[in-house]
Amino acid sequence: MDVRLSPEQQALRDSAAQVVDRLGPHAVRELDDAERAAKLDAAVTASGWRELRTATDGDGPWASGVEAALVAEELGRGLADAPFLGPTLAAELRRLAGAPPAASPETVALAPDLADVARGTTGGAVAVDAHRAASALLLVPAPGGHRVAQAAVGAGTDRVDLTRWTAALDPGGAAAEPVADQTRPLDDDAVARWTALGLALTAADLVGTMRGAVDLACGYAKERRQYGQPIGAFQAVQHLLADAFVAVEGSRSAALHAAWAVDALAPAEALAAAAVAKAYAARAARTVCETAIQVHGGIGNTWECLAHVHLRRAILSGDVLGGAGANLARVLDHHGIGGAGGLR
Amino acid sequence: MDFGDSPAEAAFRARLRDWLRDNNPGLPASSTSDDYWAGQAAWHQGLYDAGFFGLSWPTDIGGQALPSVYDVIVDEELAAAGAPPRPSLGYLVQGILEHGDEDVRRRFLPGIVNGRDRWCQGFSEPDAGSDLASLRTRAERDGDEYVITGHKVWTSYSDVADWCLVLARTDADVPRHKGLSAFRISMRQPGIEQRPLRMINGITSEFGEVTFDGARVPASDMIGKPGEGWRLAMTVVSHEREPGELGYVARYKKMVKELTRLVRDEPGRYGPEQVRDLGWAIVDAEMLRLHVCRRLSDRLDGISHGPEGSVDKLLMTQVEQAVGHAALSVGGAAHGAGGDDTWLKAYLYSRAQSVMGGTSQIQRNLVAGRILGLPTS
Repeated sequence: MDVRLSPEQQALRDSAAQVVDRLGPHAVRELDDAERAAKLDAAVTASGWRELRTATDGDGPWASGVEAALVAEELGRGLADAPFLGPTLAAELRRLAGAPPAASPETVALAPDLADVARGTTGGAVAVDAHRAASALLLVPAPGGHRVAQAAVGAGTDRVDLTRWTAALDPGGAAAEPVADQTRPLDDDAVARWTALGLALTAADLVGTMRGAVDLACGYAKERRQYGQPIGAFQAVQHLLADAFVAVEGSRSAALHAAWAVDALAPAEALAAAAVAKAYAARAARTVCETAIQVHGGIGNTWECLAHVHLRRAILSGDVLGGAGANLARVLDHHGIGGAGGLR
Repeated sequence: MDFGDSPAEAAFRARLRDWLRDNNPGLPASSTSDDYWAGQAAWHQGLYDAGFFGLSWPTDIGGQALPSVYDVIVDEELAAAGAPPRPSLGYLVQGILEHGDEDVRRRFLPGIVNGRDRWCQGFSEPDAGSDLASLRTRAERDGDEYVITGHKVWTSYSDVADWCLVLARTDADVPRHKGLSAFRISMRQPGIEQRPLRMINGITSEFGEVTFDGARVPASDMIGKPGEGWRLAMTVVSHEREPGELGYVARYKKMVKELTRLVRDEPGRYGPEQVRDLGWAIVDAEMLRLHVCRRLSDRLDGISHGPEGSVDKLLMTQVEQAVGHAALSVGGAAHGAGGDDTWLKAYLYSRAQSVMGGTSQIQRNLVAGRILGLPTS
């Protein structure tokens, strides 16, 4: 056992950090800077990060879940408004089905509550991380499990997460069409592994979003003065921020394990590891982002403060493939305690 | 990055699993019963003699100089077998290793590691809790000896200890952090009286208080130099905050496993709130195991005991208290005569975790100041 990052993994994390620090939004108004966003998107495209889970000649992915999670964490920290989660999960579906890589930008479609991949029907399905995506992948029943199908994406919105759009599948468009040249159905194990990757990546994104929120709030606490001193000198504020930092560290340990487990453990174990990480991180992220708002005081409740952008990003990441309650139910189920699906 | 076993680690795990099949003493959890403490010395010695304790410590004090990550394997296998956790005394070993000279290390450490000598730790006093540097126990030089006078409290294992690591003031004329020294003093002498403290869950054999009234210690049994006591105490308490050093993951996992079995065996008996409490206990205990993997892997670069120990202590506390809540919720308070109050005791014991080894408030101060860089008022 040695869970330190390899030099290559550290280099990947550092380069992702550099890209978002240079081109990510550093203020709410910068979210409207189309030129900056296009540059960030181009940098992510050039990096090849969206292809980490495409197949090599031997069917395996180019990179493990750890590499994908390291990128997800940094993009979350920097509130990157360029797609990564959606295209990565779409690439994984294609890989598992033995289909060729996408020819144009695509993402995945989830069930209306986002807690599962969309299965069988486009009705009510939601494409996530859908900005710039022409189509979204979903599953349709087939002999031996599921096949991957593709549907056009309709108009998107950034109503919840200001950095990642969601969209309905195009209501006027054609029904979902099977993706061409699939060589095998997705059985239950394949769907479990895909779900594990999705949970590991959203847990990593949550860790990043939380880290960014803590950094933001600590910076403010050192500058904002009341009673003649920085508010960060008051124990009441210090303890809020210390608790937030501790929650991030615990989440990070679980999320790193989940990312490793995606490829290293059997599907049921990988899914359980991912559910542990997602449950822990989803619970932590809401509190940590709320703390960031609280430490900012009145300003934290205004649109112009970035704290709510972190919270909104955490809400979406939390809901994708299920939040704390849904994943607690997955964990309990893995331990032989069924019927806990009522925990939401 | 790899959470899996290397071939050598896998072989070690298999040997330990085999050994546990015949050597699990079946003691109750340390938090719930005086029986645990009665059987603890034999458990420590058995574990050590079979080659499963003191793994990461130097060979000249009885360790095996293995990477710290082997301790995670021990914790996992003890929990899986329902065995008691490994003895929690790594912090004493680390403190003496770092501050003792060659002679002290050679004389003191092998007996601690192999479980033949039992030690307690005399730091806190009635008027010196979080503010440890205000302690008033005195050590006065008398020829080749020091004479110790004072009152220590929260002294774990004082009732069975052969020796006490006592922190005392050797110089009252220098700033208070600089006038402290550390000694190993024999508990078997007329100048020492110890009295057990009865804790809120009823156990009497873990914590005690000790009065020193002219107790004597050879000057050669000072650990570190005169005035080095504060730095030694900080080394000890920083390791005392680390779940990897304490082996508590095994304790939490054992309790969670037993609670899980209760719910799995009689699913209809438990409502959604109870199941939810159990679910969080499972998730939290697993998080701590993974966090310890991360911390002990970091030690492959060399040992450290910085402010991150406070992060770990706060995580460990959150986990112990979540498991405690699940114990109360699922295990129940056992009202009525003849009920089993094991789970109630485990819950009550969990409240001490946010106090012992430095309160959670102190840990938060350390995280805020030394990690987050927030200013002092």
